[in-house]
Amino acid sequence: MLHIVCCVKQVPDSREIRIDPKTNTLIRQGVPAIANFYDMHGLEEALRIKDQYGARITVVCMGPPPAEKTLKQCISLGADEAVLVTDRRFAGADTLATSYVLAKAIQKIGEEWGPVDLVFCGKQTLDGDTGQVGPGIACRLDLEQLTYVEKVVGIDLEKRTITVHRHLEDGVEVVETRLPALLTALKELNKVRRASMPGMLRAARFKPVIWTVDDFPDMDKKQIGLKGSPTIVAKTWVPEQKPVNGEVVKDQSPQEAAAFLADRLWSTDLPDKLGWNQQSEEVSA
Amino acid sequence: MTVKKKAAQPNDMPDWSEYRGVLVVVEQRDGVAKSVSWQLLGIGRKLAEKLEVETIALVMGHGVGHLAEEAIQRGADKVYICDDPVLSVYRTRPYSRVCLQLIRDIKPEIVLMGATYTGRDLAGAIATHLPTGLTADTTQLDVEPHPSRLLLASRPAFSEKMVATILCKQYRPQMATARAGVFEALPRDPSRKGEIIPITCEMKEEEIAARVLDFIQDEKRVNLEDADVIVAGGRGLGGPGPFRLLKELADALGGVVGASRAAVDAGWIGHEHQVGQTGHTVRPKLYIAVGISGAVQHLVGMQNADVIVAINKDPDAPIFKVAHFGVVGDLFQIVPALTEEVKKRRGL
Ligand SMILES: Cc1cc2nc3c(=O)[nH]c(=O)nc-3n(C[C@H](O)[C@H](O)[C@H](O)COP(=O)(O)OP(=O)(O)OC[C@H]3O[C@@H](n4cnc5c(N)ncnc54)[C@H](O)[C@@H]3O)c2cc1C
Ligand SMILES: Cc1cc2nc3c(=O)[nH]c(=O)nc-3n(C[C@H](O)[C@H](O)[C@H](O)COP(=O)(O)OP(=O)(O)OC[C@H]3O[C@@H](n4cnc5c(N)ncnc54)[C@H](O)[C@@H]3O)c2cc1C
Repeated sequence: MLHIVCCVKQVPDSREIRIDPKTNTLIRQGVPAIANFYDMHGLEEALRIKDQYGARITVVCMGPPPAEKTLKQCISLGADEAVLVTDRRFAGADTLATSYVLAKAIQKIGEEWGPVDLVFCGKQTLDGDTGQVGPGIACRLDLEQLTYVEKVVGIDLEKRTITVHRHLEDGVEVVETRLPALLTALKELNKVRRASMPGMLRAARFKPVIWTVDDFPDMDKKQIGLKGSPTIVAKTWVPEQKPVNGEVVKDQSPQEAAAFLADRLWSTDLPDKLGWNQQSEEVSA
Repeated sequence: MTVKKKAAQPNDMPDWSEYRGVLVVVEQRDGVAKSVSWQLLGIGRKLAEKLEVETIALVMGHGVGHLAEEAIQRGADKVYICDDPVLSVYRTRPYSRVCLQLIRDIKPEIVLMGATYTGRDLAGAIATHLPTGLTADTTQLDVEPHPSRLLLASRPAFSEKMVATILCKQYRPQMATARAGVFEALPRDPSRKGEIIPITCEMKEEEIAARVLDFIQDEKRVNLEDADVIVAGGRGLGGPGPFRLLKELADALGGVVGASRAAVDAGWIGHEHQVGQTGHTVRPKLYIAVGISGAVQHLVGMQNADVIVAINKDPDAPIFKVAHFGVVGDLFQIVPALTEEVKKRRGL
């Protein structure tokens, strides 16, 4: 049976974050913590693979204790096991330190519950928004890396291969590779199901497995948390809109307005740069 | 991550004198470079000049010799080129192997890549391998002069409401991915001279598990990033039909049609047309915003256009703050009139 690990992060709903206009700082109070929604598309795909091929699904989250809520949500949807990796010493991690801890956790999940065939991450998170943790984990565990997956075409259990559609700027790439692999999920991948009644009942009683730094005897303490993070936020600021003080007209007839705009555009270097005048020269010639 | 107010002092940093130069990784598909690659060479060259070091480009692919030449014309002093059938399509393992080898050999102090799907895939793998810090999706890049030589990599945060400047003091190289359409490419200068150095790909096809079986070009997908003229419509259009008016104006100007998220979410036009934080960041020569209010998440996607025109019936719409030329009025009357006027002047 396949063993799938889904990485799920609990994030502040950044759409709800406001800036205090007086202090120019973030107002975090009252901002709801939610499961990063791309990660839920990863979990949904794991559940679909489970429905089709049979699989065991373990969810893992690195975060503070309240992140338990997100793990329970995953259990209610049909995940089999959930691990919360939590320790003050993990705090302040950038993507390098985060992928280190998550890779260690996935390794340990493999040791506890059987070798891992597939790992799902989200495309990116709502808060850090880097999309770097997935490739980081794949690199550390030497997994085949399939980012920006919008469709899982199929898994060949015998040959141990997976075929997916990767989304690129100008089209879709069909890629086949071997297992174990790490996929990062787009929202186009699927539609996330609702929790079932038995799922919700199971989730209500469920206690995730908790791992701290001390549960990883070989963890290098220099590679975790703030100390293990090469990137430092030096400052944050609220961007100011550079005012253009452009020329705006009103109360004009459509023809006047159109002539105004055309006059202005033709007074710039755009007609030269874009060859707008060539055609008319030909016509007049 | 910590928040430190103090400016970086070199004495809290190791000696990095071995690491010099700015490396830009050129992204291409089928021998066509992504425009972001040349934009990165543009900004990379500025950083290199400030640091008094070389601007270096890396071109990977198969049959991509012409891109090495173009990289020099676009600002590189030195181009490393790895031309090998194994690299004919992008795959993480061989591409990251070539990059890593080069970075370890030449030790650049800064490595820049596009924040594209491929760039993010590759940068994430390389930064972990090295290991070093990687700042994602930057929109401003600067350096502190010698001796600190720190890369000041700034990126939008929290739905574009803030900008964060991120430093990497204790590791080299300093890596960043950068958004397409933010930085300015240098015009091609055929008289520029530079050195082209071939390098080899150590990876053999048999060692690579991933196989790209097919590429399905999306015919519908518009190339907003490379368009010179974009005529974009928002909620003010009121439905899918009026996008035809924008298409006619765009055709007359030799451009393409873009959209705000409100128009995309309403289902009036495909997501591939969306400009803004969760759509495309564009840098056209001309951007015409029609029936778009100018929310910050939209502005971040288009405010680097050379010339911005706004057509909106609300004189207080924030889009007028960034517009060079604006008309307050009804788009249903003004857009067709403008299309006629443009056609007349162009003799179409
Ligand atoms: C404003 C801001 C800017 C930042 N910029 C940078 C930067 O440029 N470079 C940098 O290295 N760090 C940066 N960070 C720090 C970064 O957000 C944290 O390291 C974070 O722990 C992981 O990165 P991410 O949120 O970007 O995740 P992403 O890389 O976007 O996450 C991808 C996927 O990895 C999985 N995943 C990520 N974190 C967890 C977790 N804790 N538990 C379970 N699964 C997880 C999820 O499946 C997720 O969808 C920034 C943080 C903030 C708040
Ligand atoms: C996390 C996040 C990400 C986002 N990403 C994006 C993004 O990538 N791109 C994006 O665009 N938005 C994005 N948004 C949404 C953004 O906040 C705005 O909601 C959106 O841009 C509004 O679109 P609009 O200007 O078309 O609509 P509105 O704000 O409703 O503006 C419509 C305008 O049309 C004008 N109008 C109406 N009728 C006429 C007429 N007959 N003639 C002339 N003018 C008329 C009105 O005066 C008004 O100014 C994002 C939001 C969030 C929270």
